[in-house]
Amino acid sequence: MKFKAAVIVSLKPTVLDAQGETVRAGLHRLGYTGVDAARVGKYIELSLEAPDQAQAQAQVERMCADLLANPIIEDYSVQISGQP
Amino acid sequence: MLSFGVVVFPGSNCDQDCFHVTSTVLGAPTRYIWHESQDLSGLDCVILPGGFSYGDYLRTGAIARFSPVMAAVARFAQAGGLVIGICNGFQILLEAGLLPGAMLRNVGQQFICRYVYLRTEAVDTPFTNRLQPGQVVRIPIAHGEGNYYADADTLSQLEANRQVVFRYCEADGRVTPAANPNGSVANIAGICNRERNVLGMMPHPERCSEPLLGSADGRLIFDSILARMAQ
Repeated sequence: MKFKAAVIVSLKPTVLDAQGETVRAGLHRLGYTGVDAARVGKYIELSLEAPDQAQAQAQVERMCADLLANPIIEDYSVQISGQP
Repeated sequence: MLSFGVVVFPGSNCDQDCFHVTSTVLGAPTRYIWHESQDLSGLDCVILPGGFSYGDYLRTGAIARFSPVMAAVARFAQAGGLVIGICNGFQILLEAGLLPGAMLRNVGQQFICRYVYLRTEAVDTPFTNRLQPGQVVRIPIAHGEGNYYADADTLSQLEANRQVVFRYCEADGRVTPAANPNGSVANIAGICNRERNVLGMMPHPERCSEPLLGSADGRLIFDSILARMAQ
């Protein structure tokens, strides 16, 4: 079966996000002073073949641990959906 | 005669500088190692040079660590061979797990290209045996992601095992927040592994190994490697 995986990789909350901090400061300069935090992450979309949804989920989580994220500094979440 | 290998990844751009220093300045036999090769035979020291391997896609060094040569580099290091990763080479060593920690974007978000001062924190390594404890050297950096990160446990292990080799400092050797160009934890500019045969450093010693270039301090690191290999 074909599946679509949506992977979101973000810096751990304990890690300073210099990019997010710059985005927050930029928003403040534009007048969006209500923004008190910004974090910048990555969105990765995969199309893959797997026997079922649970195995697709497990495969993509392994991919995250192996390559897509660096567990020292990043967290990830995986969302699997069927592909028409 | 002792020999060097300079690994070339797609996107490496300091490979020729490293090759020039070890072959022409030091006069040591040197050969390029294409990243698809696993042949490190006859080498005493492998250099992972700076650059933007695989365009820095995903994370710096993240794709390069899966190049075939990296499995050979890991075996080479395990067997006691000397490995030095400079800038992108350091980032690759971190991604490959040959050194602990990870690299973040510079605090301040800027790519920084300028000379910095480094304080030598460990001289009992094959890369620093020609330096004095606390010696200040002037070596340039050129990176956007040199903000070294390690969690508290890893950092205390690094300190306890004296694996911190260089720290960013003032010209007089004081380690201050102002002398830290990129936000690295504990002003760390370079670390080695516990066995002390793998060094990663963000500054570029190959860019300052001849007086003509404004500083020859980098030569001390290459001379140390030669001195160690000659033993």
